[in-house]
Amino acid sequence: MNTYLELFFTFAKVGACTFGGGYAMLPILQREVVEQKGWATDQELTDYFAIGQCTPGIIAVNVATFIGYKYRGVLGGICATLGVAFPSTVIISLLAALLTTFTQYPVVTHALAGVNACVIALIASSVLKLGKTAVVDWVTAAIFLAALIAATVFGTSPVLLVLAAGLLGYTAKRLSALRRGEEKP
Amino acid sequence: MTLLRLYLEFFRTGLFSVGGGLATIPFLRDMAERTGWFTDEMLTTMIAVSESTPGPIGANMATYVGFTTEGVVGAAVAVLGLLTPSILIILLVARVLQKFRQSKAVDAVFYGLRPASAALIASAGLGVAAKVLLRTEVTICWPAVLLAAAVFVCIRWTPLKKLHPIVLIGVSAVIGAVFQL
Repeated sequence: MNTYLELFFTFAKVGACTFGGGYAMLPILQREVVEQKGWATDQELTDYFAIGQCTPGIIAVNVATFIGYKYRGVLGGICATLGVAFPSTVIISLLAALLTTFTQYPVVTHALAGVNACVIALIASSVLKLGKTAVVDWVTAAIFLAALIAATVFGTSPVLLVLAAGLLGYTAKRLSALRRGEEKP
Repeated sequence: MTLLRLYLEFFRTGLFSVGGGLATIPFLRDMAERTGWFTDEMLTTMIAVSESTPGPIGANMATYVGFTTEGVVGAAVAVLGLLTPSILIILLVARVLQKFRQSKAVDAVFYGLRPASAALIASAGLGVAAKVLLRTEVTICWPAVLLAAAVFVCIRWTPLKKLHPIVLIGVSAVIGAVFQL
């Protein structure tokens, strides 16, 4: 299959399987893009989410553009992005034309509660997988904990957290490089 | 003319909303006031529909607004408007990153970024958990907790982890509907 079409359809599949926004897309991306296609690694996925959260636009779209670009350049990025948004356009257009009241049916509400419970478990498992490549020593463990508390308890802006964490990581690496430099002149 | 305006309005929304689909809501509220394309009440329905259908929430919202204003063409134009700034900015960032991938400094920055990124995702997961597992502030919705725990065990320690996540999502939806979660 043409690689651009493959990018489009893989990301269309990812878009169609995502319930509840960009973060819920992570487990699907891990399955489709990391495990099956090998277009990115878990570590790259973490990097893309970090950048996607502090650049303008929808996180899901930002991550899709990144992966597509890495695999097949500018056109690849565009194909992946159009792919991830394609199911939305079709499904919502149909729903908006036919029935907008479907969220009021009890059976839909109950089914969605089930979906959400499942998504919690999927995200938890994905975070554990990412954690292995992200939390590698006590510095990164401290950053993880601090960011988790700041985001959950204090609702700190993701942009601020990502910038601060980048700065901390940079400083920590430089400090340890300096210390090693002193030990081995 | 309306199509061009739709494109530009969503281009603006895409350019200025940082941090995911739900961050577009204040911009849409503002858009409703200025353009009169939809009401605040319709926006509430749009959010509910966008959250309960597959796909990125931001793209769902753009489709909805575009469709209500100008039909299928409007939906496509609104989504393209929303995507354009993302694509341009990320392509630029990706190109710069590729150039400096070997740089020690960029590597050091990402060493710090990664745990924060994982923490933000975990925090989003906790947000969903609080909404679903705690039915109200004090009562815990035990069936939902049980379902989440069962799915977690399945994907971590049983052969079921080979299943595509969408299968688990589908099964959970059926369980939710049958047992009235």
